Amino acid sequence: MLNQGYARIMEINLHTRKCAVLEREDLVEKLGGSGLAAALYREYGLPGEDALVQDQPLILTIGPLTGLFPLMSKVVLGFKSPYSGHYAETHAGGRLALALRYANLDAVIIRGQASHPVYLVLGDRDFACKDARHLWGMDTTMTARTIRNSEPSGRGRRSILRIGQAGENQVRYACINVDTFRHFGRLGAGAVMGAKRLKALMVVGDGSFPLPGADYQKLYRDVYRQVTASSAMKKYHDLGTPVNVLNLNGLQSLPTRNLQSTRFEAAEQISGEYFAEKLLLRQIACSGCPVGCIHIGLLREKFGEEHEYAYKQVSYDHEPIFAAGSMLGVSPGEEVMVLLEQAEKCGLDIISSGVALAWATEAYQEGLIGINETLVPLSFGNTENYRQAIGHISNRSNEFYHLLGEGTLVAANQYGGTDYACVLGQEMAGYATGPVFFVSQALGFRSSHLDTAGYQLDQEKELPAVEQALEYLVNEEKQRLLLTSMVTCLFARNIYTREILSAALESAGLSRFSGDLENRAAALCRERWQLKKETGFEPSQVTLPRRFYQVTTLNGPLPGPYMDQLLQEYARVIEEM
Amino acid sequence: MAKILRAVAMERCIGCYSCMLGCARQVHDSLSMIRSGIQVRSLGGLTAGFEARYCLACSPAPCAEACPTHAFEQRPGGGIRYKEARCLRCGRCAQACPVDVVIMDRETGRPVVCLHCGRCVAFCPHDCIAMVDSHHDQ
Repeated sequence: MLNQGYARIMEINLHTRKCAVLEREDLVEKLGGSGLAAALYREYGLPGEDALVQDQPLILTIGPLTGLFPLMSKVVLGFKSPYSGHYAETHAGGRLALALRYANLDAVIIRGQASHPVYLVLGDRDFACKDARHLWGMDTTMTARTIRNSEPSGRGRRSILRIGQAGENQVRYACINVDTFRHFGRLGAGAVMGAKRLKALMVVGDGSFPLPGADYQKLYRDVYRQVTASSAMKKYHDLGTPVNVLNLNGLQSLPTRNLQSTRFEAAEQISGEYFAEKLLLRQIACSGCPVGCIHIGLLREKFGEEHEYAYKQVSYDHEPIFAAGSMLGVSPGEEVMVLLEQAEKCGLDIISSGVALAWATEAYQEGLIGINETLVPLSFGNTENYRQAIGHISNRSNEFYHLLGEGTLVAANQYGGTDYACVLGQEMAGYATGPVFFVSQALGFRSSHLDTAGYQLDQEKELPAVEQALEYLVNEEKQRLLLTSMVTCLFARNIYTREILSAALESAGLSRFSGDLENRAAALCRERWQLKKETGFEPSQVTLPRRFYQVTTLNGPLPGPYMDQLLQEYARVIEEM
Repeated sequence: MAKILRAVAMERCIGCYSCMLGCARQVHDSLSMIRSGIQVRSLGGLTAGFEARYCLACSPAPCAEACPTHAFEQRPGGGIRYKEARCLRCGRCAQACPVDVVIMDRETGRPVVCLHCGRCVAFCPHDCIAMVDSHHDQ
C-alpha cells in the first residue's frame, strides 16, 4: 500500500522461475496505474529492442485507491506493443485489481522467457511457477477451468489471467483474458505472454490491512451512496454500453461494412435494447464495483436434429457489437454473439479481429485476395465463415492469415487496399462520429476511444475551432490519466471529481498528493509520451487512410481540410510534450 | 424477535463483493476480502453464478459447544457471540462448524465468523442479503 510509504513490487523472472519483492519508497511519487507503469517501464523496459524479446517486461499496476473506494477496480498493463512497436497501455477490470491489492502488490513485473510453458500463482505470501505444458494449446475457457480445478486456494478472492491459441501464436492483437468476460484487449499483450511461454497467471488476494484514517469510513459511505443513486451509473447497469448502438446509428456514426457506410439497416437487431430484451442473462460486476456493467448474454446453439441445444454465456459491449456486428454486416444479436464467443475462446481482440475481417471482405470482393488466401469465402453478413476466419487468424493458418494477424495495414501493404484499411493507430473503435474522433484515436496515447473521447466534440452542433479542439483533447487526456493512475474505472469519471479524488487521497493517508494533482498529471503525461516517442512513435508521420475522408457522418460529408489541420496540430503538440 | 442474516436472493448477485468489503471495514476495521463473516464466491467460474457462505445461525451452535473457554457463546436466535478476550485461538470452533464458515485469521490467529449484525446488508446493491426473523424463535 502506498500509504505504507512505499510501493510493493513483485519482480518475476521466468527464466530463473524466481521472484523478488521490493519495497520502493521513490515510486510513491508516481501514484500508480498509468504513472507507475510508465516509471517501471523506464526502469525495466528495453525501448530500442523488439517487443517480443524475452526481457521486455509486462508490468501490471494498481493505484493508491484500489480496493479502498467503489469503482477503483481497474488494472493497467504497461508493455511494448508487438502490434505498434511502441510503449503501450491496456486496461482491464474483473477480479484482478482487488486480488492484487489484497495480495499486497502495487505492481508486478514479469520478465524473461520460460524454457517451457508455465503458469504463475501469486499471493501476499506465495509465489509459484508451475508447469503449463498440459495447458498449451487449450482455449481460454478450458485453461481457466483446468486451473480452477487444480488450484483450490483463494476461491472468491482470486483472479485468473490467461491467453488462448492466438497469444501462443503471437498474433499481434492477441489479448489476455481476465476472469472470463474481461480483457487486456488491445495492442497485443497476449502475444507478449505467448512469447514468454506464460500461459496463465493466478493472483490470490488473501491479505488484510488496517483501515486508513478516521475520515475514510464516512467518505466511503458517501461515495457508495452517490454511485448507487446516480442515474449516469444506472445507465451502465441497465442497457450498458450497447445503448450507444442505436444512438450512433441515429447520428449516422455507426461504422458499417468496413466503413462503407455509417448507418446499419439492421441496427435495431444488434442494439442494446435488442440484447437486453432477447438475450440478456444477467449482469455482473468487477470486484469492488456495485454498478455491475458486465452484460452476459445467453447463446443457444442447436446441435442435434431434435430439440438439442448447447448454451453458452457471452459478454457483450458496444465495441465488440460494432466490430462483430455492423462492421461485418452481421445481425441479429444471436449471430454477433457467435463471433464474440469464438474470439473469446481464441483469446483475440474482437475489435481488431472484426475490423481486419471487414477489410479482408472488401479486398476479397475487389479480387485483391481470393479463396487461396481466405480459405473460406468472405462476404458481409456470413457469420459462419467469419467464425472460421477468426479461428484462422488465431491459428495463423496460412501466409495470408499470418499477415492479417500482424495487423490490417500489414496485410493491406502486401495485398493492396490500404485506402480502406480502417486503422487509426490500430483497428478503429466503433465511433464514426467525425474528424475529432478519427484524429484522437489515430494520435491518442492508447490509440483508443478512451484516451480523450474526441467523439463528444464531433457531436456538437458545429465543429469547434482547431485550437479549441486541441485544448479539449490535451486537457481530457490529462484528466483521464489522473484517473487511470488511481486506477478508477472511467465510467466513474463524473463521480470522482477533483474534490472527491483529493478527499479520497487525504482519507487514505496520502494528503501530500491531494493538493498537487494538476501538476502531477501534467508531469505524468509528459513522461508517458516521452516513453512512447523513445520507442519509435513519430506523431508527424501518422496519416489517415482515405476511407476516413470519404465518410458522411451526422454533420454531412467529412471536412477533410479541418481533419488534416487538426491532425497536424495535434501531432505538433504531442511532439512538444 | 432475534434477527439473523440470510442470503435471500443470490440469483440476483452481481459479484461486486461490497458486502464482504463492508463487513471487513465496519466489523473488523480492516481492508480485506477474507476478514469477513460473509464470503461470496463463484460457483465454479463466473458463468456459474455466485453463492454466499456465512454462519447459518445454528442453535445449539456446534462451534460454541466445541469452544473450551466460552469465547463463543450461544446467541439467542442462533449463531454465536464472540468474546475476544477469552479466546485461546485454538481453532476448535472452525473444526466444529458443519458448513466450514469459521475462518481462522492468518494474521491474528482469531476466528472470523458472521455475527448476524446485519451491517453488510446496506451495502448490497441488489437486496441479495437481508436480516430476517430467526427460525429458532418460531
